[in-house]
Amino acid sequence: MTDREPILKVRDLSVEFTISSGGFFGGTKILRAVKNVSFDLYQGETLGIVGESGCGKSTLSRAIIRLLPATSGEAVWLGSDIQKMNSNELLGLRKDIQMIFQDPLASLNPRMTAGDIIAEPLKIHMPNVSKAERATRVAEMMQKVGLLPNMINKYPHEFSGGQCQRIGIARALITNPKLIICDEAVSALDVSIRAQVVNLLMDLQKELGISLLFISHDIAVVRHIAQRIMVLYFGEVVEIGEAEQVTMDPHHDYTKRLIASVPVPDPKVEMERREERRRLRKTAAAAA
Amino acid sequence: MPGLTGKDQVLTDYANKLAVLDAPKGRSLTQDALRRLSKNKAAVISIGIVVLIILVAFIGPYFVPWRYSEVDWTAIRKPPDFDKGHYLGTDQNGRDMLARVLQGTQMSLIVAGVATIVSVTIGVIYGAVSGYFGGRVDSLMMRFVDVMYALPYILFVIILVVMFGRNPVLLFVGIGAIEWLTMARIVRGQTLSIKEKEFIEAARASGAKPFAIIMRHIVPNLSGPVVIYATLTIPEIIIAESFLSYLGLGVQEPQTSLGTLISAGAPVAEVLPWMLMGPAAVLVTLLLCLTYIGDGLRDALDPKDR
Repeated sequence: MTDREPILKVRDLSVEFTISSGGFFGGTKILRAVKNVSFDLYQGETLGIVGESGCGKSTLSRAIIRLLPATSGEAVWLGSDIQKMNSNELLGLRKDIQMIFQDPLASLNPRMTAGDIIAEPLKIHMPNVSKAERATRVAEMMQKVGLLPNMINKYPHEFSGGQCQRIGIARALITNPKLIICDEAVSALDVSIRAQVVNLLMDLQKELGISLLFISHDIAVVRHIAQRIMVLYFGEVVEIGEAEQVTMDPHHDYTKRLIASVPVPDPKVEMERREERRRLRKTAAAAA
Repeated sequence: MPGLTGKDQVLTDYANKLAVLDAPKGRSLTQDALRRLSKNKAAVISIGIVVLIILVAFIGPYFVPWRYSEVDWTAIRKPPDFDKGHYLGTDQNGRDMLARVLQGTQMSLIVAGVATIVSVTIGVIYGAVSGYFGGRVDSLMMRFVDVMYALPYILFVIILVVMFGRNPVLLFVGIGAIEWLTMARIVRGQTLSIKEKEFIEAARASGAKPFAIIMRHIVPNLSGPVVIYATLTIPEIIIAESFLSYLGLGVQEPQTSLGTLISAGAPVAEVLPWMLMGPAAVLVTLLLCLTYIGDGLRDALDPKDR
């Protein structure tokens, strides 16, 4: 894996927000949401990013595709720095990197039909494609993600959560991207649907050879889908490595606590693990 | 034994049917709202009455024996007289009141319609742009609205009339130029909340330009508050027009409007009551119905907020 050139190289990326503490005389504080994050992503690979709420996972993903400005550091996509791209290059980037969002229903415009939603990126990036051609591509894509093509004229509120997320996936795939960022893409779905959607993503990845940046707070899901895992804690990378190694032999205390928090459906094992969790919490408190 | 129960056959048929079936139409939010509106009796009756008033105001004049500016020298200040065709009586100049009420309603409706369209168009675009871009652009645009608010609109209209003379078009401009301010504020507030939704971020992530996002994703989702506010603006504009006409700044003789008719009828209400009754009845009915329609639309478009 090391002999290939990564498609995405992130080096020392930091994102800071200025927060005014309110009031006319209140000063401003600087919040460092992402601190000096570096990683590589190769073609066809899935990198999982895990961490608790508010640790900067989403901020990191938005900074990579320049929906948010990065304060320092760089993100290099296929050899060119994303922060320095002009509007034309940026449009190309938007075609290559697509995103899947957390809330399946909220990420779809309630006034548009499923077909219009899926076709939108196509209209932006390939305006020359004819209407009929667009309709066939949308129908193909719907089939690929497991939706019936005759649902094309339905509105988002007529679909279930899992189906909405499939629409989101179809929208992300329609431009043939090289990288898809899944921002908590399965967190809002219930367990059985979650498994379906994760497996769908894995199948599509195998078929199309795309890379995935899979963001989640659930290390169990990430372990299932990702080859490598990066653990974020308060905006910093505390651990990065092969999925097997990170989950079986974690080095950092925080990773250990994350893994210990995954429930196991066996009361006896759970009892022992509860002891383990208590011990970890104590050491963490002592360290702090 | 796949063929034993015939289940496979049934399922295959069903799958084939689904595959070749033309895509059924979905149920859009607008259709949902219209269905809820059609269940609201007060709103449906009000819509019926308003449509009737509009039809009568625009078609009626062709069936009335007298024209609105025609003087009948044999019938000056006369109560309703069915033999001569003065169904609502005549005014001090011997003009037929029915013809004048029809023409006045027409004029009031045109002013209301045009001024509403003007204020909705300007207000929605201005508010959406201001809310979407935010920051300094937003502050600048909204301070301008505040300044405009501070100007008394009567003064504004008087200046316009003095400069350009009396002209119904000025009335549209003057009223429309004031009404869009409130619309812009409402739309800006809505835009601020809509732009934080994930589907806007999704559009930005897929490379949509700001203008496309505003027109395709923000404006359609504003339709609820905009439609409600627009229906409630129409009566406001009719009253504003009546008020301006009352002051003598509105439409010019021999043309008339509901406000002018009422202002002419009010001083003589005791001796010539028919001069006030006709226009007042139309105005009250119109305003009442529009308010009911606005209420019905609010309930229909926002079912959670009942």
